[in-house]
Amino acid sequence: MTQQSQVEQNQEQVIGEFERQPVPQNALLGFKSFIGMYAGEHCAGTELMIGPLFIAAGVSAFDVVVGLLVGNALAVLSWMLLCAPIATRSRLTLYYQLEKICGRNLVTLYNLANGVMFCFLAGAMITVSATAVGVWFDFPMPGLNDLYPNSVGWVLAVGVVGGLITVVAASGYRMVAKFANIAAPWMVLVFLAFGLIGLKQFITATNADIQSVSDIWTLAKTQIWKGGDPLPGQIKFTFWHIMFFAWFCNMAMHIGMSDLSVIRFAKKSWYAVASAAGMYVGHFMAWLCASILYAYQLHLDPSQTDVLPGPMAFRAAGLAGILCVIVAGWTTANPTIYRAGLAFQAIMPNRSRFAVTLITGIIATISGMFPAIAMKLLGFVALYGLILMPMGAVIFVDFWLIKKFGLQSSYAEVSKTSFNWAAFLAWVMPVSVCVWLFKAGILDIYFVSLPGWFLAAILYILISMIYQKKIRPQINHKQES
Amino acid sequence: MKMIAQIISWISLVVLMVPSVLFLAGKMISLDQVKWVMLLATILWFVTAPIWMWKESK
Repeated sequence: MTQQSQVEQNQEQVIGEFERQPVPQNALLGFKSFIGMYAGEHCAGTELMIGPLFIAAGVSAFDVVVGLLVGNALAVLSWMLLCAPIATRSRLTLYYQLEKICGRNLVTLYNLANGVMFCFLAGAMITVSATAVGVWFDFPMPGLNDLYPNSVGWVLAVGVVGGLITVVAASGYRMVAKFANIAAPWMVLVFLAFGLIGLKQFITATNADIQSVSDIWTLAKTQIWKGGDPLPGQIKFTFWHIMFFAWFCNMAMHIGMSDLSVIRFAKKSWYAVASAAGMYVGHFMAWLCASILYAYQLHLDPSQTDVLPGPMAFRAAGLAGILCVIVAGWTTANPTIYRAGLAFQAIMPNRSRFAVTLITGIIATISGMFPAIAMKLLGFVALYGLILMPMGAVIFVDFWLIKKFGLQSSYAEVSKTSFNWAAFLAWVMPVSVCVWLFKAGILDIYFVSLPGWFLAAILYILISMIYQKKIRPQINHKQES
Repeated sequence: MKMIAQIISWISLVVLMVPSVLFLAGKMISLDQVKWVMLLATILWFVTAPIWMWKESK
């Protein structure tokens, strides 16, 4: 769900200088850079899966529209109030900030988790792009409830698309990053066109008489987002599901603090409000437009439940639509594979970046052959946020609260430990509890991260009280002297 | 040259959107026509935008 951008390019250029030091004043960026970055980053190939999956989950018009408005607002506030204040005060990368708190070895473990999740996410993006190939070649494509590859043609299509993306990512992604910047405005407008065309197709198919906005709302309620039972194999989505999904689908970035590495370049903390451009373009307009395409497909043939962005986009916008699916998947899978490669390379520093990225891309491509991740994307995205979220809570507590409890911040740096067990347990225990809550049917995967964050924060303080005892006297002694 | 490319590319984005708006408004345009105009606008955008955006993003 990410796209290379101006900010990241600038960051890339200077990362050698500022990887382990705060960003200096002369390297800070203006508000406009962040608007462009967020708008492009959150209008990706996976949006073409998420919108239709809302329809498959039986959402109603009110729930989806209001749920997205509120959930996206909460996401923007999370960037502004949790991530940005720390980013613009410390001006450090997520990894360096974490290293100071957790120690190098624990950061390596975090990198591994991050890399694996990036790999699967890239796999879903490759899946999206590969559905475009199916428009030209007649092979069976995966259905909504398929978990395994269902035809040789599908495996070949994903293999070719994934292979190309991998080779480009391994060769260095700067050129694709530039191409992604150029494609972004065009892509946003093609998404909008999907919605307008889909809406007209609904009006024609239902003979609706549209004279006012209220008539459009009636059409939306009765024909597009009708509510009712979800499709077989899907869970029912209510207002709360939509709101929490919109809020937490980028949880790793805001509450999980991944975007410390990006927002540290902002002159002012409030620049994080630029994330609203991404939320309301990509996670509102694009999701709604993509869901209209799928709703129309179901309207024409209720038995045709396959969520295949390629054919859907082709029906609405022809070759431009197909290009949009390919470009959206390609330009977002490329940096995702590159980032996963970087995360793995931190674990295996002796291997070349080319080799690591190539292997990462092959793993992502193989995972893309299994439609399970793309078809269960809503749950996967929620799990992704859940796994990385506790480290955000650890950073938050370490930055704002820990000294109020008489404890030491940046414990690993001060105690020269390479593995902060308090941070490790505050990461693993909440994730385990949340997974148990989900598996036991007590809370849906979409909601568990909220109590999980508080649990991680409380655990980090409590465990640190015990864990830091052995070095606190030394630190106090040093501070006094 | 750069200025001309910039103007043409912005026009191409307008051309990309206009057919779908006209289609929604029911103004005598078929879906096939919408698709062709969108393709034309897409080609125009990807030919002209790199002329000024490629350098800008360096």
